[in-house]
Amino acid sequence: MKKHILTGTLTALLTLGGLSVPALAGPEDVVVENAWSRASIGMNRPGAAYMTISNTGDEPVTLIGLATPLAMMPEIHETKTNAEGVSSMSPAGEIVIAPGESIALEPGGLHAMLMRLQEPMTEGDTFPLTLLFDDGGEVTVEVPILGIAARGPED
Amino acid sequence: MQRRAILGYGAAGVGAVALMLFVGWWQVDGPGGPEPIGQRPVALTAMDFRLTDHEGNAVGPETLIGRPTMAFFGFTYCPDVCPTTLSDISGWLDDLGDEADEMNVVFITVDPERDTVETMAEYVGYFHPAIRGWTGPEEQIARVADGFHATYERVPTESGDYTMNHSASVFLFAASGRFVTMIDYHEPREFAVPKIRRALKEETEGAT
Ligand SMILES: [Cu+2]
Repeated sequence: MKKHILTGTLTALLTLGGLSVPALAGPEDVVVENAWSRASIGMNRPGAAYMTISNTGDEPVTLIGLATPLAMMPEIHETKTNAEGVSSMSPAGEIVIAPGESIALEPGGLHAMLMRLQEPMTEGDTFPLTLLFDDGGEVTVEVPILGIAARGPED
Repeated sequence: MQRRAILGYGAAGVGAVALMLFVGWWQVDGPGGPEPIGQRPVALTAMDFRLTDHEGNAVGPETLIGRPTMAFFGFTYCPDVCPTTLSDISGWLDDLGDEADEMNVVFITVDPERDTVETMAEYVGYFHPAIRGWTGPEEQIARVADGFHATYERVPTESGDYTMNHSASVFLFAASGRFVTMIDYHEPREFAVPKIRRALKEETEGAT
């Protein structure tokens, strides 16, 4: 929906030696859409960011981590709610995205957990978040910071 | 206790099998089964706890009697589930419009160590004005959770901090204090508002 904003700001970077490595299912096949996050109160609380990550290539891609100047410990987390209605969250580990598939980072499920913020997350700002893949590829996306009470990328 | 002991010692093989079958039925198909949470909260009138709201007022279960209540647990250092629940509830309250004015809406922290009265005041200020934030001493929070049959647990994180696992459902009580129903965390949003209206309606029934 907010694709137009992202297409403008999304940059795909190959950190491998050569200019391009066509044989690899690299980050050029990764499309990130609808990225958003909520503003923080100060810097003591962890933040969370959400987005849809699609693999448009022919090979699986494996997301192994995150990097951002905003937080010292960014990590993909998963919230789970059990049969008793109790919610907990823990690191999601590596995430394989099959060819043609997407994964949704959304409230109550997978999220980019931003621990040890280096600065407050201010509504109206954006921050760069880099997705790291197991083949050394990286995709950086500018994540808009919405209000604390935002429910989705539309808010 | 007495009865359980007699059953345990006295039941012969056949009896035990029958009991197991009964327990199985009770849990799978029977009335003990489909509730999302193992146990329902007791009535607010049967609870006993002392907390402080985000404006510094002394509050307890009796504060909630007389108006229908929507209550849920969380903590302000929660990055994902809690802001989402608070935003969802703010949306439901917007949908309810004037009807929302007739309700108590209470966010009870499970992390009183970090969630002081001032912290709660700042945090709830970002959401619907009907939402009240309640905190208090750890042993009082434990009594609230007991009454709700809710659970919470402190879990250390790799960053050296800690997070809280906690019941994420929203609990609805009638004006009489009787428990009506709960809204599960993953329940579709369109189910929530009718459920809240049901609790509001029970207000009249509860009054008789
Ligand atoms: Cu997390």
